[in-house]
Amino acid sequence: MDSTFGILTLALYVASLALYAWLLYSNHRLLGGAATGTLGAGLAVHFFALYQRALEVQAVPYQDLYGSMSLFGWLLAITYLGLEVLHRQRSVGPFVLPFVIVFLLAGMWLEPAIPPKGPDAHGPLFALHVTLNILAYAAFAISFVLSAIYLLQNRLLRDRKMGVVFWRFPALEVLERMSRSGVMVGVAAMSVGLAFGVVWSKRLHDSFVTGDAKEIASVVVLSSYLLYLGLARTTRWRGARAAALCIANFLLVVFSYTVVNLYLSKNHRFF
Amino acid sequence: MVGVSHHTAPVEVRERVAFSAGGAGAAARELRESGAVSEALIVSTCNRSEVYAVTDVGGEERLQEWYATAHGFAPKDVEDWLYTRRDREAVKHLFRVASGLDSLLLGEAEILGQVREAYKAALEHQATAAILNRLFQTALEAGKKVRTHTDLGTRPMSVAFAGVKLAERVFGKLAGRRALLLGAGSVAEQVAEHMRNRGMGTLLLANRTAEHGAELARRFGAQAVPWGELEAALREPEIVVSSVSGPERVLSRAMLGRVMEARGNRELFVVDLGVPRNVEPEAGELYNVYLYNLDDLTGIVEQNRKARQDEIPRAEAIVAEHVAKFQMWMASVEIVELVLALREKVRHEQEQILHDHLCQFDDLTPEARRQAARQLQALVDRIMQEPAEEGAEARLLRGDAPEIRQVREIIALAGEKS
Repeated sequence: MDSTFGILTLALYVASLALYAWLLYSNHRLLGGAATGTLGAGLAVHFFALYQRALEVQAVPYQDLYGSMSLFGWLLAITYLGLEVLHRQRSVGPFVLPFVIVFLLAGMWLEPAIPPKGPDAHGPLFALHVTLNILAYAAFAISFVLSAIYLLQNRLLRDRKMGVVFWRFPALEVLERMSRSGVMVGVAAMSVGLAFGVVWSKRLHDSFVTGDAKEIASVVVLSSYLLYLGLARTTRWRGARAAALCIANFLLVVFSYTVVNLYLSKNHRFF
Repeated sequence: MVGVSHHTAPVEVRERVAFSAGGAGAAARELRESGAVSEALIVSTCNRSEVYAVTDVGGEERLQEWYATAHGFAPKDVEDWLYTRRDREAVKHLFRVASGLDSLLLGEAEILGQVREAYKAALEHQATAAILNRLFQTALEAGKKVRTHTDLGTRPMSVAFAGVKLAERVFGKLAGRRALLLGAGSVAEQVAEHMRNRGMGTLLLANRTAEHGAELARRFGAQAVPWGELEAALREPEIVVSSVSGPERVLSRAMLGRVMEARGNRELFVVDLGVPRNVEPEAGELYNVYLYNLDDLTGIVEQNRKARQDEIPRAEAIVAEHVAKFQMWMASVEIVELVLALREKVRHEQEQILHDHLCQFDDLTPEARRQAARQLQALVDRIMQEPAEEGAEARLLRGDAPEIRQVREIIALAGEKS
């Protein structure tokens, strides 16, 4: 990624994070607008950064793990922005943006000098396969953050510790609803993304399923979130237990995205 | 401004000097029409009764007298309770009132609406004009900014409101929710009222005595629930407020455990206002049960009181900013009036000079006279340009209006001497 665009993107995301954090404590209405505006500007510059990288490597930006991390950060930020506009909730911003920044940095700093060779895969099917799966990860990440805030809010309520931030968080039911919505988006995106992957695998390897570690990990992740959706409304699991399950599931996502991609998968190892 | 408030007078006195909701506007118009003041506006709530007015020299005494006689007092009877603010201090006082800084319950939200209503009533009765209109518009702006930019009003300051706000931390908006009241008491009534104000859907009420329960249900606008069907009734509501007198526990952990099982573990928020407590404390350990007793709510109110105190400097800064803004506007109004008065004075002097001196020169042609008049006008314009510009400079505008009145008095004195 070009350093100018990358640094500018990073600066805008960091500024936006600072404004969201400040808003959480001070509740100035103007700060809210400034935070959202700065995030929007960061998204725009990030988009150009991704585009420029695509031109450099003559391929889609998620051609390799590093590019996909940067794209993940972008999708995470834009998904959060959509959530913020839809629910008019800015209090979650300070907790989502650190992830965006971490993934952007991972994409910038871990990238080797010589771009790794990408997969022998092109065309819209492959593009949709990758994009939808990254979108799914972004949605799961947001649900993870919302579930973590749920557990924190729940703990503060039970401990009767009501500091300034407590009164700014969304209500527990709202957090639960938002988290569930995020998971539903993620499950839908991942299901379709995996379906495209299966079709592509047939074209590439002449087999719908190759037994690759990434395929197995993806099925496990999808199953775990389907289980969450099934359990989250049941008597025993609704509330804090469902939130804890959502957090545990996201650890599987992280494992799949990093360890499996980097060390275990044959067909999805790009480094 | 003259007035009486909770700072200076007990409720027995405040009751006697309060203006009715419909009467304040009419009283303000009456005051204006009496000629004692040029503009008037009355803010009257359960904790204060204040009259804001625009007046000239001697107006303060006239206002105090009017205030006393309007309520059937002799002026000396109210002097112990009555306070007076002038100019900048009156402006600052109003802005602090609108912001909730002067309220009995620091940062309370109602006062801003009450000030707005008072302003509206005065407008409808045409008791105000440019200055009070601007003053109250700025006051409402200041009050709103304090609400949105500080935490002065966000955190609950009463036990009842704390209970409702905590319920909102669990459920979000209460619109369409259901609540069950067990027994009744003043705090429980307040909780019910707060919930109603926030759009609570259904209110159920259960009382040990059926007749009393029916009567309470009527008063609260609730549906009566037989005491014997309490456990079944607990399956529906999201919020339970218990305020039953008596030593026995009304809700046990075992009962609530069964209730939670029956209601599919949907969150249940329980406020226990009983002394001794109505709900077994162990019930708060149940999954998805949130239990708060009177001590918990009082502790939260205390936390919030300290937090609100911390917000005072920010709120005062916003008030100061708006006081300065209003003062600048006032000064600009006075400057314009001063410059106009000066122009008029100079124009009059100019005409006098032309009349007194040019008529002595009989051999001057009409064109020459006109030329002389034009040159004199040009001289006057040039002389007047500087005061107009200087008046618009920051120095005078930052000053209080009295400075400008002093300049006006000096000019008037100079005119009288010549």
